[in-house]
Amino acid sequence: MTMSPVFPEQGDAAIPTDQMLGLAPAEKPRSMFRRGLEVFLENKLAVVALGVLIFYVLFCFFGPLLYHGNTTDVQMGEITKPPGAGHPLGTDNDGVDVLGKLMKAGQITLEVGIVSGLLASVIGMLYGAVAGFVGGWIDSVMMRAIDALMSIPIIFALIYLAATRGRTKTVFILAIALTSWFSLTRLTRGDTLTVKVRDYVAACRMMGGRNWRIIARHILPNTIGTTIVNTSLTVANSVFALSVLSYIGLGLQAPNDDWGGMFAAGTSYMDQGYWWMIYPSGVSIVLIIISCNFIGDALRDAFETRLQKR
Amino acid sequence: MTAYLIRRTLQSIATLFIVSIITFGLLHLMPNGVVRGMLGQKATPQQITYLTHKLGLDQHLWTQYWIWLKKLLHGDLGTSYIRNQTVSDLIRETLGQSAYLVGLALLITILLAVPIGVLQATRRNTATDYTITTLSFVGYAVPVFFIGPILREIFQVKLHWIPTANQIDSFHSLLVQPEQTVLPVLSLVIGLVAGYSRYMRSSMLDELTQDYVRTATAKGATKRRVLYKHVLRNAMIPMATLVGLSLPGLVGGALLVEQIFNIQGMGLLTIQAAQQNDFVIVLGTTMLTAVVTVIGSLVADISYAALDPRVRLT
Repeated sequence: MTMSPVFPEQGDAAIPTDQMLGLAPAEKPRSMFRRGLEVFLENKLAVVALGVLIFYVLFCFFGPLLYHGNTTDVQMGEITKPPGAGHPLGTDNDGVDVLGKLMKAGQITLEVGIVSGLLASVIGMLYGAVAGFVGGWIDSVMMRAIDALMSIPIIFALIYLAATRGRTKTVFILAIALTSWFSLTRLTRGDTLTVKVRDYVAACRMMGGRNWRIIARHILPNTIGTTIVNTSLTVANSVFALSVLSYIGLGLQAPNDDWGGMFAAGTSYMDQGYWWMIYPSGVSIVLIIISCNFIGDALRDAFETRLQKR
Repeated sequence: MTAYLIRRTLQSIATLFIVSIITFGLLHLMPNGVVRGMLGQKATPQQITYLTHKLGLDQHLWTQYWIWLKKLLHGDLGTSYIRNQTVSDLIRETLGQSAYLVGLALLITILLAVPIGVLQATRRNTATDYTITTLSFVGYAVPVFFIGPILREIFQVKLHWIPTANQIDSFHSLLVQPEQTVLPVLSLVIGLVAGYSRYMRSSMLDELTQDYVRTATAKGATKRRVLYKHVLRNAMIPMATLVGLSLPGLVGGALLVEQIFNIQGMGLLTIQAAQQNDFVIVLGTTMLTAVVTVIGSLVADISYAALDPRVRLT
């Protein structure tokens, strides 16, 4: 008869280890982020989208270090030149180099899009967690306020805020952030409602945990997946919102305008066939929006616990 | 049903009340105050004092809100002193065109999105499904302001399929030039169909897993009958909610389309007003859209509840 593998040395004083008792996990448990990353990387489209996004960040923020084009001065001798030597993407109606301008305008678009997207996520996450956690009539009032805010068309609200508060980058970041956190709040509140009735929350409370501790340590970490997914979609929407504002002439003013402004300026020369003034900025906007959407979709597969591969 | 109806209506009234507070708050966000916002930069001190008193702005904030709300309930959205017209008159002149464009786009979208969603759901995970999914992702992500000018360039400037428009500044001028609605509506429809067909697809897939599908199949109904008599009808119910929810986005889209195709609707009115710092108009159109949205989603929810008894119980 072979000896039991669990207690190989009977009679010895050796205490059986966890390994022997089968208590130790077979392998180190993978964290939520590790598992999420694996699922994300399986999605080829999302990896390409991430590549596009990284390319644009490098292009806009580090490109100007390598390529110096005129982006500020009106040069009447250089106007509306097609792509060619000296100007890889041609020049616009002010004689400004399109490639250089694409980098500079892209910085503004990406900055506003990403910062306001992150800001909106923080606001939405906290508001939803507090509403869901507090519950009762306060929750009702807080959520009716969200209904009311969601019924106001974002573009109209942005037009009003930008027109009354001035058209600067900071105003746009704040205005777009303030108008794009509502759907995340609803999702976070939903998550919070399911988390706050869990036993570990009751245990925390029983041990004297204060409300802010429960929210910070238990509620928010459990809703972070939803927030991450939503952030990438919010960034896409912010880029869209800024582009719309600049397109209708109520956004940032040249020469410090964004891709939307470049595109708007280009479309007024569409009839003359100056395609290089339209498509670089237009396609960039579309690519950023599509990429963020694809990334958001892949992140949802990666982080939504219901869909997650264990 | 009655209990649900009352509860849902009260909820909407509460929402509208909050909308009015937000709008009132925005009114007071105007730089240099409401009066200067209305009269413009060249106003004399006398004019300012007079209007301040006339509008009751020297009174307590809550009294002001009460007066403002009473006027609002009578359909008085204020007066644009820059254009010397009341906001309600300006909206009356422009609303028809915008509502027509949005309504037409919505109708065509539903007529297209429902069959596309059904097709995708019945051919789930086939090449057809994947192709449409990819296309709808692109359609969803390409902004209206990108599609619009390109469509105009191709069909109006290059191919001359659509003649140059006479000025569109009234509902009538839009009706007598039906060809001018094609491109604006198409620009709106492309993005909308993408979103709606995705929604229809998942709604169909949800319904296909329900027990009644198995029951119907078991009692001998053909696949066709199960699909069109049972599943499709149920799958279309959630679309009612979607229409209600997408109203603010639609109005935003209409605003862009009006700008691109130079249609003097409510959206273009808003843009022009913002460019002239005529904030009363901007706030008026914003308020109106918000109210329409709240009422729209109320109607959508009630029709949802009328069609699907399960909703009332939750």
